[in-house]
Amino acid sequence: MSIQVQNIQKRFGSFVALDNVSLDFPSGELVALLGPSGCGKTTLLRIIAGLEQADAGTVLLDGEDASSTHVRERQVGFVFQHYALFKHMTVFDNVAFGMRMKPRNVRPNETQIKKKVHDLLNLVQLDWLADRFPAQLSGGQRQRIALARALAVEPRVLLLDEPFGALDAKVRKELRRWLRKLHDELHITSIFVTHDQEEALEVADRIVLMDHGKVEQVGTPEEVYGHPATPFVYGFLGSVNLFHGRVEDSAVWVGEDAVPHHNTAIAQGSEVYAFARPHELEIVTDPNRTDGIKARVNRVLTFGVSSRVELDGVNGATGQHFEVELSQPQVQALALVAGQIVRLLPSRLKLFERSEAGLGVKR
Amino acid sequence: MSTATWVTESTRFERNIATSESAWVKWSIIGIAVSFFTLFLLMPLLAVFVEALRKGVGVYFASLVDADALHSIQLTLIAAAIAVPLNLVFGVAAAWAIAKFDFRGKQLLITLIDLPFSVSPVIVGLCYVLVFGANGWFGAWLIEHDLKVIFALPGIVLASIFVTFPFVARELIPLMQAQGREEEEAAIVLGANGWQTFWHVTLPNIKWGLLYGVILCNARAMGEFGAVSVVSGKIRGQTNTMPLHVEILYNEYQFAAAFAVASLLALLALVTLVIKTWVEHRVEQAMKQSTEGASS
Amino acid sequence: MPVSAVAARRFNVLPGFGLSLGYTLVYLSIIVLIPLGAVFLRTMDLTWAEFWQVVTAPRVVASYKLSFGASLAAAAINAVFGLMLAWALVRYSFPGKKIVDALVDLPFALPTAVAGIALTALYAPNGWLGQFIQGELGIKVAFGPLGVLVALVFIGLPFVVRTVQPILEDLETELEEAAASLGARRWQTFRYVVLPILLPALLTGFALAFARAVGEYGSVIFIAGNIPMVSEITPLMIITKLEQYDYTGATAIAVVMLVFSFFLLLIINGLQHWANRRTGRER
Repeated sequence: MSIQVQNIQKRFGSFVALDNVSLDFPSGELVALLGPSGCGKTTLLRIIAGLEQADAGTVLLDGEDASSTHVRERQVGFVFQHYALFKHMTVFDNVAFGMRMKPRNVRPNETQIKKKVHDLLNLVQLDWLADRFPAQLSGGQRQRIALARALAVEPRVLLLDEPFGALDAKVRKELRRWLRKLHDELHITSIFVTHDQEEALEVADRIVLMDHGKVEQVGTPEEVYGHPATPFVYGFLGSVNLFHGRVEDSAVWVGEDAVPHHNTAIAQGSEVYAFARPHELEIVTDPNRTDGIKARVNRVLTFGVSSRVELDGVNGATGQHFEVELSQPQVQALALVAGQIVRLLPSRLKLFERSEAGLGVKR
Repeated sequence: MSTATWVTESTRFERNIATSESAWVKWSIIGIAVSFFTLFLLMPLLAVFVEALRKGVGVYFASLVDADALHSIQLTLIAAAIAVPLNLVFGVAAAWAIAKFDFRGKQLLITLIDLPFSVSPVIVGLCYVLVFGANGWFGAWLIEHDLKVIFALPGIVLASIFVTFPFVARELIPLMQAQGREEEEAAIVLGANGWQTFWHVTLPNIKWGLLYGVILCNARAMGEFGAVSVVSGKIRGQTNTMPLHVEILYNEYQFAAAFAVASLLALLALVTLVIKTWVEHRVEQAMKQSTEGASS
Repeated sequence: MPVSAVAARRFNVLPGFGLSLGYTLVYLSIIVLIPLGAVFLRTMDLTWAEFWQVVTAPRVVASYKLSFGASLAAAAINAVFGLMLAWALVRYSFPGKKIVDALVDLPFALPTAVAGIALTALYAPNGWLGQFIQGELGIKVAFGPLGVLVALVFIGLPFVVRTVQPILEDLETELEEAAASLGARRWQTFRYVVLPILLPALLTGFALAFARAVGEYGSVIFIAGNIPMVSEITPLMIITKLEQYDYTGATAIAVVMLVFSFFLLLIINGLQHWANRRTGRER
């Protein structure tokens, strides 16, 4: 089932949770709503479910306005952040709950319910836990039971609120892959909310980036990571080095230092934010060079095959910190020592004019 | 009860050098605290039973099967049987509104629900006399229709309700607030209607707190003295509840009989405390289980 | 209030808000608010001068002194010993601890009349404790102001223990470990680290015990002796007026007590708010 939200507004008192949000969720996709806490993503999910009411705007399910449809009739599966499993019921009874609550004339009989519950428990690979109580399960198991329970009512869409938020790192990784696999089997339209960019990039077909109640960018993981549309997206996805500068000739001037750039769309003299990923910076040790940004090596960290060099800005970029990612052989070749003055040359630089960037940059 | 009741294992504070005191400080505090407890709580309790049996078991039971005593027991049971369910329904409704919804004036409402705790029982009786008594607001109308509230069962029931008004709500509100709305929301998303949600999800989660609230409410309703004494008129064999019967016997210097009836009320109090302890134990077990499960 | 309350509420998928809140308000009004309102309206029958004369009659003033004085003293005694009892129950293991813990609530569950006659039996001149205290020490407990104090201590004890106990249980051992590692002696740790954390709860317990004691009737009248000007409590003055069919007189004294109780309730609410803020338990 496809979902569309149009011009959704929502405030809590004076706090604007959602500011005129319009989105399309095509049928069968797994979409991530990604953003920092307080960006409105959970509110949007709850509005789609019908757990919250928008102040203005519409939610269309399969093209039909669902505003007047009660949650009970929307046929959505909702997985709560803390699972909301019924503590006093066994795993079996939890999964059977939705079927048992149906009006008598459409309710399946106990044999059908039993079969359905076991099918679902098999699907989430936890059939052997049917008689346990939620308190006796691990976090990852609870998560999968919550999912089985949501699927039991044959929902047309599946909504998951921070599905991996309460789990430890290792279980989280496993469950991510498992959720992706499950979605590929079921192909049910799914939306999940997360604040973890890695999670969104790894699991979702499509990512919706949100900040301060607004949609910043929508796209596939490759698109949003490779071509961030706004400074916020650039800063939010992956680590990044930021320079404040001014465009003059074909260079960006950061204080007395200049780095070359080839973006002709930006007017001469405008103030810009310039972004470069850690692997997009090159370290130059030649003392005779005058281009690039002057920086002092602070320390060199090596783990695995790659190394990270942390530097402090000098000259124009005083007080700023930079990160450069290099391979081990490169680091050895450079033979950096702490306190050494070097120059940083970006191989690729993404510029945003400061006026358009506004206050969106946090990092 | 097993011997484990007597030998409690050392607390986490005693096992920690930074949170434990020297032995003499520890045993002095225990000594003073337990002496105070014995003097003010334990001895009065024992006194009830000792005094009740002072003149022998025969007198004890004779005092209980006396016609006036039996009538007072009956009246007490009837009054509680009406007052407690009414406060139970109120407590659940109030807790549902307060714990599961946000609205303006909530804090004021909670304060108003607590209000009966801080009103002297004598004033409670007075209130109803002013409303329903012969000179009260509805006095003339009630006499005209030959209805009696004051010096009759309805007055006793009303006074009992007022005095035990907050008990169930007070137990449930913090409990239901702590549980939040997520489980109920999950039930609704899964298609349950309001009644199904309450019955299958909310009620199982609050049953122990509810039980304790009801038990305490019941004990107080049966034992209320001041408020009931103002509205009952203390007509022997007609409007005397157990506590009032105790008073009358006591004032007539029938001490053994007074303490015999009192001992029934004291037993009720003890049963109440046993149930309370058991309920708390259950809740603690459930909490421990869920935290153990989460950490595994 | 109901109209604005409904208007201000946030959307919520759970049903039954109107019904449950409506029922709550109606029931609250019928049982509590309207009858209490009757007390205030009834005093309007009196002129200010008459009212003042009733509530400042010497016998009534003597009852205020006893009721408030004994209640304050009882609450103070409970604050000290209740804290020790709570401390012993949370921090130490000792034989019989579970029984002590369970029985602390006895005054909540035991009918006040029963407590009254039991205490009288103990402290009467020929009672278990009374014959010793009066015979050996020459102190009269029952049938005098001291008897009132004893009954009010009994009534108020659980309030202090049960407000302090949960705070003590939640106390992180790290705080005291930190204090110890910084060189504080045990007494200093208690005085400067533990006590300030307990203080709001201790004051709340004190105020609750005080409020309960001021209005207490059943447990007091048996042991007090009820001697005019000496050991009559204020609730008894209301009863006395009622027995003389002086309803307006009874009502006037009741209003004084009610106003005082509401004032105390405000203070208690403020204290609890403070305690919650200090211990970080919001609501």
